[in-house]
Amino acid sequence: MSAGQRKLVVVGNGMAGARVVEEILQRDARQFHITMFGAEPYGNYNRILLSNVLNRTQSAEQIFLNPLAWYAQRDITLHAGVKAQRIDRERKVVIGRPLPPAALPYGADDVVTTAPAIEVPYDQVIIATGSRPFVPPMAGSDTPGTFLFRTIDDCDRIAAYAERCRTAVVIGGGLLGLEAARGLLAHGVAVTVVEAAPQLMIAQLDADAAAVLKATMEQMGVTVLLEKITTHILGQPRVTGLQFKDGSTLDADMVVISAGIRPITDIALNSGLTVERGIVCDDQLHTSDPDVFAVGECVQHRGVIYGLVEPIWEQAKTIADVISGVRPAAAYCGSKLATKLKVMGVELASMGDVRSTQPEDEVVVYREPSRGVYKKLVVRGNTLVGAILLGEADTAGVLTQMFMLGTPVPQRRADLLFGTSSGAPILSVLDLPDHAQICNCNGVSKGQIKEAIQLAKCRSVSKVGACTKAGLGCGSCKPLIQQFLEIYAGDVEEDDPSEHYYVPGVPLAKSELIAAIKARQLKSVSAVFREFAEGKEDPGSKPGLASLLKSLWPDEYEDERDARFINDRVHANIQRDGTFSVVPRIYGGVTSAAELRRIANVAVKYDVRMVKITGGQRIDLLGVKKEQLPAMWKDLGMPSGHAYTKSFRTCKSCVGTDFCRYGLGDAIALAQAIERRFQGVESPHKMKLATAGCPRNCSEAYVKDLGAVAIGGGKWEIYLGGAAGGTVRKGDLLCTVDSHAEVLTYMGRFIQYYRENAKYMERSYGFVERLGIAHLRDVLVNDSQGICARLDTEIEAAVAAYKDPWATDAAAPAYPAQFTGPVAVMNEQGELHP
Amino acid sequence: MNASETHLWGNGPDGQVTALADILVDIGPIDAIAPGQGRAFIVAGRTIAVFRQRDGRVFAIDNQCPHRGGPLAEGIVGNGTVICPLHSWKIDLSSGRCLSEAACVQTHEVRVVNGRLLIASGIAA
Repeated sequence: MSAGQRKLVVVGNGMAGARVVEEILQRDARQFHITMFGAEPYGNYNRILLSNVLNRTQSAEQIFLNPLAWYAQRDITLHAGVKAQRIDRERKVVIGRPLPPAALPYGADDVVTTAPAIEVPYDQVIIATGSRPFVPPMAGSDTPGTFLFRTIDDCDRIAAYAERCRTAVVIGGGLLGLEAARGLLAHGVAVTVVEAAPQLMIAQLDADAAAVLKATMEQMGVTVLLEKITTHILGQPRVTGLQFKDGSTLDADMVVISAGIRPITDIALNSGLTVERGIVCDDQLHTSDPDVFAVGECVQHRGVIYGLVEPIWEQAKTIADVISGVRPAAAYCGSKLATKLKVMGVELASMGDVRSTQPEDEVVVYREPSRGVYKKLVVRGNTLVGAILLGEADTAGVLTQMFMLGTPVPQRRADLLFGTSSGAPILSVLDLPDHAQICNCNGVSKGQIKEAIQLAKCRSVSKVGACTKAGLGCGSCKPLIQQFLEIYAGDVEEDDPSEHYYVPGVPLAKSELIAAIKARQLKSVSAVFREFAEGKEDPGSKPGLASLLKSLWPDEYEDERDARFINDRVHANIQRDGTFSVVPRIYGGVTSAAELRRIANVAVKYDVRMVKITGGQRIDLLGVKKEQLPAMWKDLGMPSGHAYTKSFRTCKSCVGTDFCRYGLGDAIALAQAIERRFQGVESPHKMKLATAGCPRNCSEAYVKDLGAVAIGGGKWEIYLGGAAGGTVRKGDLLCTVDSHAEVLTYMGRFIQYYRENAKYMERSYGFVERLGIAHLRDVLVNDSQGICARLDTEIEAAVAAYKDPWATDAAAPAYPAQFTGPVAVMNEQGELHP
Repeated sequence: MNASETHLWGNGPDGQVTALADILVDIGPIDAIAPGQGRAFIVAGRTIAVFRQRDGRVFAIDNQCPHRGGPLAEGIVGNGTVICPLHSWKIDLSSGRCLSEAACVQTHEVRVVNGRLLIASGIAA
């Protein structure tokens, strides 16, 4: 300890004590010298996971939060196995005594030991003694074979004893009691839960939910007895059963008592501090002595005792702010209670007032007993004041958020119980923790985006992007950012017109831009900049414009390669180390021995670092230098597989009718026809296709941008907007047709419509979802806009304009140094290269 | 070459153009770089990306993106900015500063003289 440090003593080394120390060290690691008393002979562990130790899914070591070394590293003196008994407030010392090894750390009795007292002087004390199990008054509660469930050692004792038992009784049908029952089941004993109240989990559930839970538990093999008050634990020398107040009895080989907790207040009582049910604290967590604080389950704050972690973490923060002087006026004003947990593997979320208490409350209930599902909302004044989700808690995140923040609930209450019919996007993003990564390209977390919205006042997707870089990579997280804006800002700038621009550097929406380009017959990206952006060539806008121009002018487009991403300049996919990948086209995923031999020869000749089978049923040659590309293409003698550009990529197939004994349609011939027709056709984003010869869907056609599935009788179903990447979505059925030719027609029609109407970088799943399959069917099948013939003509022109870029550019580079790597011009000695 | 350039730039012993501070290296004709693109050169052990915008401006910066080392010469260029091909970091070509991160890359003096690209080598004359 160094001079000038204040002496802080923390009584209790449980989760609350350790947390408050961590919070203080975070704020100021040098202000205090810290001494901790812990009655258990361990470092600090996560008590919440104790039932996992009991049911053996985790070892005791795995639930330690801070090992003993943690204390040493932070120069904290830890008296482990020492119980602090009294605070001498006159002399300002905390007095403790070592516990004998067999003593219960949370025992109420003062322990008689011969060991000398340990006295530690203090400037401030924090009491974090937690709670002890409550043992209801009954005879024989000390009979061997009776256990409490509170500490690691309890778990060990219960587990060891259970080995020789066939039946066990848990007294107490609350959260911990059910956890203990779960733990015991894992030891192969028959478990009965005995509860004095008329229902299980009275703190978290209403009577109906509890009845559903009881049924679920009974299905799992746990017997539940309600309204049973235990008066005797029977048996000598060991437990043989219980006797209840109504005179009935129950045989049992062991008993675990888990009937709730009571704050441990002994040290406060011994030291003359104010104690009611718990140690009474003000909003700064001072006890009745301003130099003595308390935190955690031992605290009574505004009449409430908290037994959940979140309120205790909030208390710990407040103490740390106050005691370190960072925010001396910090105040803890109490917590709203919401829990999400698993009871015996059953999902449960419970928050607030689960029993409606006001006549004007709106109560929404959904009950599905056969699946053990029960959901309830209590809405008051259009805000959520209580909720239960039992058996299925998918929407727990959004409910908790709405409950905690008091935000207005949506009109359709059902969305809160089941998610929105469109797939519940808002709910799922709210469910994410702050550290969850949203933009995977630039590593931006939800917390950072939230900060940009709330603190930096970003009010549009592009502004959030400018502030955090979120959404500036592949852009696929932009819809999520939009949702965060709606949630955290509420008032999204609808009037930021740049949101609607097709590309940021040209102030026109897509339809306006297309009209203007056609009107002025602009055929190159630089011409568009010249006409509409005063010649300012925004680099981020170049690829989008190039893609659009190429689809507008299939034959006449002037291909300025500088407008294209490097992949499209050199027809290969750039890798993390600056090398490229080469993927030749393999129509429908069907190759030949001769082709494979050529590929193998090329791989050897060019020393290819990896040969990889892709997910699109093709072969990827990786680690290729730019200089090697044209020669490799020539040697391969195969067209480009376009595994790099925003275009038609590939059409996978299953073996269809040729060999498969289940095949209903010729999936291979169809896939090859599709791939030969649409190869290289550019689009707002990539398109991955598949054909499946039967609904077993081995080629995953249901989850492709476009998919065709044979259903027998020569019929094919056409699916649109499927996805199985970062987003997973089953495609929507557009129509069912009778021939390969019709599949090609409808697919082509959709592709052209997508090319004309989607935003740049909008995948088909977003596009189809945005427009809706009903609209697409109307336009593409019923021809409601009378454009089908035109769409068919336009896609035909795009198909006709296809040239294999490998053949073209291997013959002659499209621009100087297209396939040249870095050129050495001068060595380090300043000598020029020839 | 105008008068002020004559003052600053001169012909070295082997006919190469040099500056007073650094040896200026002639890295070839400007047309060796396609309009609107970049290209990498290794000068005195350093890989430098040289960019030629369609408006005629030229820039030179180290080729490595400060993020994950992406080859900036392969990026998309315009308005004095390059976008890295790997993860779309944007870098201001005249200052070398990254536009969204506290990071930067080294810039190099470069100019076009008589249709040739001259770049400061970093080696004192």
